Amino acid sequence: MKGTHLGEFEELVLLTIAALSSEAYSVAICDELEKHTGRTTKLGVVHAVLNRLEEKGLAKSYLGEATNTRGGKRKRYYEVTQVGKIALTHARDIREGLWRVIPDLHLGGAL
Amino acid sequence: MTHSQPPHPPRWAQKLLSWYCRPELAEDLQGDLNEFFERNLRKHGLWYARFIYWIDVLKFIRSYTLRVPEFHLLFIHYIMINSYFKTSLRSLVRTKLFSFINVVGLAISMSVGLLMIALLSDLLSYDDFHAKKSRIYRIITTLQPKGSAEIELASSSVLAGKKIKESFPNIESVTLLRRGFGGDAQVGESIVPIGGLWADSSFFKVFSFTLRAGNPTTALRNPYSIILPEKTAHKLFGHSDVLGKSIRFDTTNYTITGIMEDIPKLSHLRFDALVSFASIDLRNADSDGHFLNWDNVYSNYAYVLLPENGHPQTLQTNLNKLCTTQNKSLKDLQILLSAQPLSKIVVGNNLENSIGPTIHQVAIWVLGGLVMIVILSACFNYTNLSIARSLRRSREVGVRKVMGALRNQVLGQFIIESVIISLLALVFSFLLFLALREQFLSLNPHIDNLVSLRISFKLIGYFIVFSMSVGIVAGFLPALFFSRLKALQVLKGTSSIQLFRRVNLRKSLIVVQYTLSLIFITTTVIGYHQYKSFLVFDLGFSTQNILNIKLQGNKSELLRKELAEIPAVKGIATSRLVTSLGSIYGTIIKYQNPTDSSNVALNFVDENYLPLHGHRLLAGRNFTPHTHENNSTEIIVNQQLLKRFDITPQNPSKALGEQIKTLDGKKYTIVGVLKDFHYGTVERKIEPFVMHYSPEESGGYLNLKINAEDLPSTMSRIEEAWKRIDKIHPLEARFYDDQIQEAYQQFSVMVKVIGFLAFLAVVIASMGLFGMVVFMTETKLKEISIRKVMGANESSLIYFLSKSFIALLILSAVIALPLTYFLFDKIVLVKFAYHQPIGLGELMTGFVMVVALASLLIGSQTLKAARTNPAKVLRNE
Repeated sequence: MKGTHLGEFEELVLLTIAALSSEAYSVAICDELEKHTGRTTKLGVVHAVLNRLEEKGLAKSYLGEATNTRGGKRKRYYEVTQVGKIALTHARDIREGLWRVIPDLHLGGAL
Repeated sequence: MTHSQPPHPPRWAQKLLSWYCRPELAEDLQGDLNEFFERNLRKHGLWYARFIYWIDVLKFIRSYTLRVPEFHLLFIHYIMINSYFKTSLRSLVRTKLFSFINVVGLAISMSVGLLMIALLSDLLSYDDFHAKKSRIYRIITTLQPKGSAEIELASSSVLAGKKIKESFPNIESVTLLRRGFGGDAQVGESIVPIGGLWADSSFFKVFSFTLRAGNPTTALRNPYSIILPEKTAHKLFGHSDVLGKSIRFDTTNYTITGIMEDIPKLSHLRFDALVSFASIDLRNADSDGHFLNWDNVYSNYAYVLLPENGHPQTLQTNLNKLCTTQNKSLKDLQILLSAQPLSKIVVGNNLENSIGPTIHQVAIWVLGGLVMIVILSACFNYTNLSIARSLRRSREVGVRKVMGALRNQVLGQFIIESVIISLLALVFSFLLFLALREQFLSLNPHIDNLVSLRISFKLIGYFIVFSMSVGIVAGFLPALFFSRLKALQVLKGTSSIQLFRRVNLRKSLIVVQYTLSLIFITTTVIGYHQYKSFLVFDLGFSTQNILNIKLQGNKSELLRKELAEIPAVKGIATSRLVTSLGSIYGTIIKYQNPTDSSNVALNFVDENYLPLHGHRLLAGRNFTPHTHENNSTEIIVNQQLLKRFDITPQNPSKALGEQIKTLDGKKYTIVGVLKDFHYGTVERKIEPFVMHYSPEESGGYLNLKINAEDLPSTMSRIEEAWKRIDKIHPLEARFYDDQIQEAYQQFSVMVKVIGFLAFLAVVIASMGLFGMVVFMTETKLKEISIRKVMGANESSLIYFLSKSFIALLILSAVIALPLTYFLFDKIVLVKFAYHQPIGLGELMTGFVMVVALASLLIGSQTLKAARTNPAKVLRNE
């Protein structure tokens, strides 16, 4: 199904949401991704992906409490839905399946 | 630096974000950007952080963040329009005075706007009936003589036209025209003078004039063919079924080869007849030896039709090439050709030798600007009065807001209301427009000739759009004001605070209005004064009781004999030109130095001319009578000529007997020196001038000195004498003073137009001021009453009430009067070589008039307020 297909970057974002658990909001996700991938991640891109994930039903969001930072604006926290979890496991299964059928991979040589 | 006000993200960016972003996404997004802003602030500083914030706001404009336009809100406007209409009507009726001021002010100002629109619409639709209008270009000429200013001509040489026709690629068609065909058309016994154009056989390929009868491709092919518009045919024959008949001009017969539909009014080409170009008798036309010369650019016109995919740029490049080749044969002159689109012919730059009516685009801009000012002034009234009276309406707005009206809806409501009012005003202004139109057209024959201002559906459409935009402009500020009202504040009754808000805005609008009105009215007064001074200007000779009769080809000797018998005619002279009216005759002469030549103005007169006009001879004598021009080598010159060639300018009598030469080598002897006189209009400086002897000027004028007593009988005797000499042409006799007045008619038109607009501006500004005064005295009535009870007398109350208004008027005067003075002194009057200085009197007249009117308005109202019985007012409390 096209609607629930998980792109590579979408997968990364979704994983980050899961990893950050209750602290997953846009800026934090952005920072975390940068830390793990080493690439600079643009807020705009993350924002668009979060929006798409929510549209697909893979993540859901709620507004937090207002604080003194951020000019008094509330944060929007994200968490992975059941569908999202299934999609993540599914993606991992596909990968592992493929890894398993690779006959002879000299990891040492590749690194 | 204190941290009471921490650095904040750019406000405009924040506004932009909250404007375009979906409400459900906005808060989160704003928060994120704020967080990044704080980070950047710490790391890179304020400017960088702000810059990045802006970039991010712009980058977030994406399909998923954009707000969906709320069409259902527009729909609510539609539903609510009934209610808006009702409340608008009620408020109109409730405040009759203010509604009157608004509607009448808008109506009269819009009526001149309508006139302007009609004028523009006519001017812009000139020549629209030509199907290929957008592809037609006229070849125009720029002359660049060495050492003097360049001249732009609408005409071009026959040679240029022929070259374009023969050798230019990428051209669909070219037609050549020549002006100046004319004469007495003779059909049987009847003789009618008509004038027309010569045109070659491509004429109908380029232009879309329709032939009723005759073949458009061949009608202009053969020599002595003539095409008549139906109107001319009717004039000559009484009917238009005249194909193949012949008309006699002088000794030549022309065959009618076509009957054309009448020329539409909005056509720049106008003629009584079209004659085939081939009939120009080359021997005759070439009598001056250069009909086909490259620099004979004065009487011919070339119109080029480009093909569908043609490009004017290519045409221009080819024209430039042609000029470069041909200019090699010229010594002291460069001729440049350019392609002028048909649409730029009527409204454009003034070209010499124009064919048909033209109007300078600057005139349009100036007129349009003035009209705009008058309209804005009426809009200001509306804005001012609406905001001033906001107290009453603000409750209504409060209730609407409580019921759930959004800010935009209130904005819409008040704009719709002002549009309704301006549409109401349109009805009145349309009636005014109809009356104004007649006045405007009769202002000047040129205007009547130029446009018809006929009403069409398109025009009505323009009118409605125009009036709606006026409504939006007038209503925008009040609408914005109302839409910003806070419902709670209004309903709590703290509205008295609201009452005097925006006072500065209102005051500045009044100042702007009065400044503009004062500029207008002072301009009118100064302009009128200058115009009057032109009329009574001392030209250096007498024009009183001189009647100039156009000879129209008759022998002056014959007519002179007839007229001499009339006792009231005290003197008769002849001249080729009537001077001081704007037209000038010129030639080039030399003195001793063969390389130093100069342009001089020229007139041909007889021996009676100088004494009859009271010219003052500084030295020498009048002409000796001769029987023929060629026998006389005598000339009389002015002081400037002596100065120019340095012929003893200090002592004119020594210049007598000196000889000057014309270009063809003829020598002339100076026999007299005239005191300088104004042979041109006052715009022109006096330059070298030569009077040449000529006893016979059948193409010129007879100048009669008339005894002013019993003018009617004298005139009728002159008329009788004329009829004995010339039975065909009606007598054309004008008094010199009237002709001078006519020569300055453009100024009189300008003064009238600006004066009328000034009148409107003052009326509108006064109405606005009146409205403000009424409003202020009404709201301050209680205060006045208390002051009165406390012992204030009437005069102190009047002073108290009117001082702020008078101060505004004085402020306007302080801005307007110096501005007008400099406008005239540095810009306008510089163009006139001889003019009166601007007096304090003219400068102050307008101001005094405006202040008097304003004081009357303010005084009447404040007096009324000061005289009210305080008991009556205060008892209501």
